[in-house]
Amino acid sequence: MPFNLLVLACFLYVAFLFTVAFVVEGRAAKGRLGWLRSPLVYTLSLSIYCTAWTFYGAVGYAARSGLEFLTIYFGPTLVFVGWWLLLRKLVRIGRQHHVTSIADLISSRYGKSNTLGVIVTVIMVVAATPYIALQLQSVVLAFGVFAAAAPDNSRPLDPAQIAVWVAVGLAAFTILFGTRNLDAREQHHGIVTAIAVEAVVKLVALLAVGSFVVWGIAGGVADVIARIDAADLAAWQVQPGRWTGLIFLSAAAVICLPRMFQVMVVENEDEGHLARASWAFPLYLMAMSLFIVPIAVVGLERMPEGSNPDMFVLTLPLAEGQGGLAMLAFLGGFSSATSMVIVESIALATMISNHVMIPLWLRLRPGAAAADDLRSVVLMARRLAIAAVLALGYGYYQVSGGSGALAAIGLIAFLGVAQVLPAMIGGIFWRGATRTGAILGLVTGLVVWAYTSFLPSFGPDAVLPARVFAEGAFGLSWLRPQGLFGTEAMDPMIHALFWSMALNALAFCAGSLLTFPGPVERLQGAAFVNVFEGAVGLQRWARGQVEPEALLAMAQRILGEEAAQALFQTAARAQGKEGFLPDPTPAFLDSLESRLSGSVGAATAHAMISQLVGRATVTVEDLMAVASESAQILEYSARLEAREAELTRTAGALREANEKLTQLSLQKDAFLSQISHELRTPMTSIRAFSEILTEGDLPPATVARYGRIIHDEAKRLTRLLDDLLDLSVLENGAVQLTVGLASLQGMIDTALTAARATRPDREFLVVRDLPSESIHLRTDADRLAQVFINLISNARKYCDAARPELRIAVRQRAGRVTIDFIDNGKGIPKDAQRVIFEKFARLSDANRAGGAGLGLAICREIMANLGGSVAYLPGQGGAAFRVTVPLRLDVLAA
Amino acid sequence: MRRPKRALFLARAPYRRRRLRDAARLLPVLGLFLLLLPLLWAPDARMALTAGDVIYFFAVWLVLIALAAAFAPGLRGGGSGDEDED
Repeated sequence: MPFNLLVLACFLYVAFLFTVAFVVEGRAAKGRLGWLRSPLVYTLSLSIYCTAWTFYGAVGYAARSGLEFLTIYFGPTLVFVGWWLLLRKLVRIGRQHHVTSIADLISSRYGKSNTLGVIVTVIMVVAATPYIALQLQSVVLAFGVFAAAAPDNSRPLDPAQIAVWVAVGLAAFTILFGTRNLDAREQHHGIVTAIAVEAVVKLVALLAVGSFVVWGIAGGVADVIARIDAADLAAWQVQPGRWTGLIFLSAAAVICLPRMFQVMVVENEDEGHLARASWAFPLYLMAMSLFIVPIAVVGLERMPEGSNPDMFVLTLPLAEGQGGLAMLAFLGGFSSATSMVIVESIALATMISNHVMIPLWLRLRPGAAAADDLRSVVLMARRLAIAAVLALGYGYYQVSGGSGALAAIGLIAFLGVAQVLPAMIGGIFWRGATRTGAILGLVTGLVVWAYTSFLPSFGPDAVLPARVFAEGAFGLSWLRPQGLFGTEAMDPMIHALFWSMALNALAFCAGSLLTFPGPVERLQGAAFVNVFEGAVGLQRWARGQVEPEALLAMAQRILGEEAAQALFQTAARAQGKEGFLPDPTPAFLDSLESRLSGSVGAATAHAMISQLVGRATVTVEDLMAVASESAQILEYSARLEAREAELTRTAGALREANEKLTQLSLQKDAFLSQISHELRTPMTSIRAFSEILTEGDLPPATVARYGRIIHDEAKRLTRLLDDLLDLSVLENGAVQLTVGLASLQGMIDTALTAARATRPDREFLVVRDLPSESIHLRTDADRLAQVFINLISNARKYCDAARPELRIAVRQRAGRVTIDFIDNGKGIPKDAQRVIFEKFARLSDANRAGGAGLGLAICREIMANLGGSVAYLPGQGGAAFRVTVPLRLDVLAA
Repeated sequence: MRRPKRALFLARAPYRRRRLRDAARLLPVLGLFLLLLPLLWAPDARMALTAGDVIYFFAVWLVLIALAAAFAPGLRGGGSGDEDED
């Protein structure tokens, strides 16, 4: 394998990536991304989680610690299969608030505090630097493997030189494609696609090497299983503490790593992609780790004692004479390293420029700011930051001398970024989390991490003197970096994890509980925590005293003239104005700020607008006013609701009344025709018989018969007219009552006797309870008896039972007497019950209708006059009426 | 501020959708349980590696991926709207 060929392949590969990124950027500029915005590309871009640490280091990790390397993938797997819990919210917040980086997220959540942005940036840079150095180191090591294997060792290889070239090349690539424009949402389609391509390359390379090891060197799956079982068991042990802790750590890291946040949240095009990635990304991770154990086992068997297990992926194929495969593996490792460095440096550069360089620049040159084109300043800041990040990584590599196992550095970096976790999780799930709490937690975490994990990683006497290791800082034994508070029995890694996360979370919670958040902070907290409940309808700006022209000038400097003018024009049109200058309403200021924050971060955007608007940001009082306003609206709407319910009820009652009226009117018509008929029938017979009588010449018996008929008919007419008259008198309340003391039993007796005249042919069984009837009432006995007669007659008339029976029940309660008349017939149908007491009501069944339909109406009127009532009693097994009378009728009231 | 009233009982389809979300929330818990289970197998609190362990972990991994893949289409649809947080 000629070394020059390797370098050439490397260059060709990089040129290929340049082309891919370039073509995609071109298509993105024309808005024709198509399948490049698919979930597949999103999932593949997530694979920057697998860096060179994974590609080379996992095998080494497995060779040293057995299955423990799996924990690095289990954490992300759990986070992604549980995406509904956390990632979904994170991505939604990122999209809604135009979040540009994880520092921006934290700063934006806690009241757009730039202090927090700076702290998070510092943590990320410190944690990422060794990690970037690690990538450079892996590339150098890989070159070294090939150089050692080359037959003509003609070119002496200088590792430092390679590292420089790699760093410079990566910086050039990143600057070229990472800072082409200040996108509103910090998206880099070209880079994302290039990374997706690299993801495929590293997967294919690792699978190829793995397949070669399993089926080329070993004799297939069964043989590999046998070899795993035969491997040295003592070295392959996992400690439960590390196992659990590392799963937690990797889960935290996959959320907090700047590069993961960049591809997962910032570069996310569509939330739906996350659903696909929820299983596709774990699948990718599984594929990546599928052959790690076989490679490690076979490598340990085959390679000479003392060879670096981190490089087995390269050295195994080389040792077996598979130059092409080794080249592929090299490109895979190269891909892992480069993609990680590119995205990491973009993410870090965004943070550094948005939270450190731009605020500093704005503070140093507040006056000149208005004149400059801020866009070029921001872009220049980004470029400088990228270069600085890579320079830092290179510097660390040089200083550390490329020593140490890859995995150890990776874990230290993981723990560093995980310090952001409490502030982040607390920020998006707990409204009570405050800025002070976040600052305290982050600083505590950073300090503890540095003291227990980062600084000791350089070794005794490098940064921390050996004395501190042995005796603790200031000679306090409970402050030993690897045995805080006397916990030296713990594994150093888990010790650092435990204490940094515990003290971080403690400081965060205590700080949050004890402090009071500012207004912007509270607004942002509500907006973040309740991101799924629609927009929080509160404005972040009070109506400002700002010239729209100044705003436009500022927006142009950040967004560019064309975009800014388009934005302002749209806003003006939405307000119904012509031209480019909308009124600076709170809503407009809000939308402008969120647009600007996509370019320079929330804190800077907020600061810039408040510079122009003055102290017009919202105050706690404003918030309270808005809240009470909305409470008033709520109350008002509740009142409206109540009123509406009342109206509905009234309308229902009216409808019912109307129905009743309609029905009555119909019945009245029917009654009129009936009464005409009733009047006419006796009249006709009277006329006919009187005509016959006037003709004379009739036997006396016939005359007497005819005379009787005429008399009967006249009586019927009179009775009918009497009834009508009686009713009208009762209704007018003009009735004369003869009130006296009377026995109820006597009245019922009278009524029963009188009612016997109705259908005398029917034998009726009357059930009475005589003792209960022995009550004396002070009332109009005749009238009451009339009611009884009517009710009993009705029963005699209408009860259709084969063995008719009438039960009379008397009860006395609280000065009132109730008399129930219950027969055993069919009763009265439900819809008729409402109208039977009406004046002209008659049940429709003509056969049963013997009277003119006045009886019950008269009863009702009588009872009203007697200070009582008569009502239909449903559910008694037959028709049942209840008469209620007062024991003593008050004459005055009558 | 008071939240708007929510329906107390749901039709069959939304009910299933909510239970699917519950399942999606519980999935990482199940995963963690299965991944920590082997720690209890070890006789002396240290877990030795055998091929069986490797196969077990990859099987668990596959099951989690398959479950997540089965849940994903149903979850994607109702990603927004008011019935989200139940």
